[in-house]
Amino acid sequence: MTTTTVPPRRSDEPRTPQGKAGKFFDDRLNLAKPLRVQLNKVFPDHWSFMMGEIALYSFIILLLTGTYLTFFFDPSMVETVYPKNGTYVPMRGITMSRAYESTLNITFDVRGGLVVRQIHHWAALLFVAAMLVHMCRVFFTGAFRKPRELNWLIGLSLIALGIIEGFVGYSLPDDLLSGTGLRIAYSIVLSIPVVGTWLAFLVFGGPFPGDVIIGRFYIAHVLLIPGILLLLISAHLALIVRQKHTEFPGPGRSEHTVSGERVFPLYAAKAGGFFFIVFGVCAALGGLAQINPVWLFGPYQPAAVSSGSQPDWYMMFLDGSTRLFPSWEIRLWHHTLPPLFWPTVVLPGILFTLAGAYPFIEAKMTNDRGKHNLLQRPRDVPVRTALGCMALTFYMVLFLSGGNDIIAKAFDISLNAMTWGGRIALLVLPPIAYLVGYRVCLGLQRHDREVLEHGIETGIIKMLPSGEYIEVHQPIGPTDEHGHGQLSYGGRPVPKRMNQLGAASPLSQIRGFFYPVKEKPEIQAALDELEQREHGDVETAEGPKQLTD
Amino acid sequence: MSDDIESEFGFEPAVSATGAADGAAQKPARTSKRRGGLRRRISAVIVLLSALGIMGASYAAFAGSSGASDTGTSKDDIEAGRQLYSVSCITCHGANLQGIKGQGPSLVGVGSAAVYFQVSTGRMPATGQGAYQARKVAKFDEQETEQIAAYVQSIGGGPTIPVGSLRGDSATISLGGQLFRINCASCHGTTFKGAPLSAGKIAPSLNEATDKQIIAAMLSGPESMPVFSDNQLTPAQKRAIVAYIQTIKASKDPGGAGIDRIGPVSEAIVIWVGGVGALMIAILWIGAKTR
Repeated sequence: MTTTTVPPRRSDEPRTPQGKAGKFFDDRLNLAKPLRVQLNKVFPDHWSFMMGEIALYSFIILLLTGTYLTFFFDPSMVETVYPKNGTYVPMRGITMSRAYESTLNITFDVRGGLVVRQIHHWAALLFVAAMLVHMCRVFFTGAFRKPRELNWLIGLSLIALGIIEGFVGYSLPDDLLSGTGLRIAYSIVLSIPVVGTWLAFLVFGGPFPGDVIIGRFYIAHVLLIPGILLLLISAHLALIVRQKHTEFPGPGRSEHTVSGERVFPLYAAKAGGFFFIVFGVCAALGGLAQINPVWLFGPYQPAAVSSGSQPDWYMMFLDGSTRLFPSWEIRLWHHTLPPLFWPTVVLPGILFTLAGAYPFIEAKMTNDRGKHNLLQRPRDVPVRTALGCMALTFYMVLFLSGGNDIIAKAFDISLNAMTWGGRIALLVLPPIAYLVGYRVCLGLQRHDREVLEHGIETGIIKMLPSGEYIEVHQPIGPTDEHGHGQLSYGGRPVPKRMNQLGAASPLSQIRGFFYPVKEKPEIQAALDELEQREHGDVETAEGPKQLTD
Repeated sequence: MSDDIESEFGFEPAVSATGAADGAAQKPARTSKRRGGLRRRISAVIVLLSALGIMGASYAAFAGSSGASDTGTSKDDIEAGRQLYSVSCITCHGANLQGIKGQGPSLVGVGSAAVYFQVSTGRMPATGQGAYQARKVAKFDEQETEQIAAYVQSIGGGPTIPVGSLRGDSATISLGGQLFRINCASCHGTTFKGAPLSAGKIAPSLNEATDKQIIAAMLSGPESMPVFSDNQLTPAQKRAIVAYIQTIKASKDPGGAGIDRIGPVSEAIVIWVGGVGALMIAILWIGAKTR
């Protein structure tokens, strides 16, 4: 910052090494001005805004760890024999593909190979999970409304691509588990009417398993899909910068302003720190919990299959839909529509189309054409929240049905009962979830209004001279002559407990626990005075008592 | 063929999982098909006859077998087994092992392998009728189990558990793995965790299975399990499978906590509870200052 108050004006030339370096680049690239604009951008602060960041950071972790794995992975389906002196004894002399063998080598022979592979896999699970959580946040707070529908669509594409990317990566080791998944994927493509056969041949280069699919999936996994993901993520972020971030309503906040911290330094420090937290969680999982132990599963053989074969969690809802859907085979115009087609092609198609169209449907139904930069609390839009509950319940039933054999085994339930239970639950639970969600929203709304009108319950019971007991309520604002609050609801949390007003803060209870409380001198003086006075009162109060004793 | 079996297990080739009666009839036919030459045929017959002779002689003399750890099938054992049977099994399986309709199947011809499996895993005596008999604490000790097995064997014959080592050496582990994945994994799973079958039946986990129980199960095919006779999986292959199962079960997880080795379902729980849960706490912490 230059100041004009100092009369002997020094030259603008920087004298520190950093300053000189900065000037070197600024002279050549003209960076300072645009950078200053960006660094001064304001980013609203709320805990729920960081869910998307988890996805972003796990994507970065995926790029880093994935690059390391490419140094050692051989995406080849060429048959090879695991050497007689190989490190992993139970595979010695077994015929397998080079892809599987190199995965074993990464696991047992490459320094840090196993932990990096595990971090990579955990980060992949986290990537999709964080996107889903982020999507829920955007949905339930109405952040997808105009003007942000395009970013909603980009986000949805990111989830779809993330799922595909994950599945493709999971297939690469060519182990028995992922090979089973690949077999199902082949059947799904095959089930598409008219073009299925040709499409399957196109993707797999002939009938299953062929000898090209791992190589093709590899290039899709390390270049094609990550490239598109990177592009979409950039667009996603660019749109956030362009359209500004949404924020919750509050004092001084409006549809036309953005409040919060500047990107530099505070927000950057927070985000940078959070990146390391995410990396730390992934690394801890990678080091502590074993994931996808392909050496236990064995190499893929078309003749073998294991019970309890599941895809990774983000694909499990499709596995569940396949398990629940009845085996109806329909013949139309000399074409067979296999039962697999409905739960694995039609259903996800409907789900993603509905999700993508939702912002436009809602705008149409509510006749809402305005721009919205302020978020809504889920309770304030009961219909949307209830629809979200309904969708999540539908998804959860499918998701749990994807592991229904494991659940059946763990809880000693008949597998047939699990399947029928899932079928019934899939149709019955979502409407119930809608009703429950709707009622909960209304109840929360009413409680907000009640507190605004009557004040916060203090927990103090007062006996009136008439003998009647009442609970004392603390009004949170000015009241009218009847004692009713005059504040109107502002679309933000209403304090419901005394400590939310600053009274009886739990933090004040542990103050001074770790180190002595040191107040500023003037506050300390006031406190001392107060204590002095109270102490005096006590003494005077206790004085006569002692005398009577 | 019979040499192989004998050299590996040291027992009579008549003992096959397909049942003793036709086992004896099958052997000469098979050996003659596979081997040319009168000499080999004769030697096979001699081996067979001598084996049968040994078996008959042992029965005649009620002598114990040469097995190291196993209890022999002496007359006393059979008698003790009969008494145990009369106390604990007879209600459902009948006085002559003929079975009682609606209560228990006939045990004629099931062999001592089946008895050993059912009784040593605690499945029998059953606590009730059901789609599946779950593994329980065994009611009888090893000796009593063998005595009941000897009694059932003495009545109807059937597959028996070979004596001697039941687990292949470390060189056979990978072969065992290959065979396991093809023959066993479709129900028991690649990591032996078991799986539900249709309508309440279960392919149990192999966590607690001993060498002898695995062999007994393969020979007798309990409940929904198919019989893997010595024609389908040779004794050497069976021992390789046992070696694989027990080696993997005892092996440590190089990647950290094994999370029960059931794959994506437990991983889903870990990522949502451990991963997403931890990060939700982290963002609540970071965002705690602003509300």
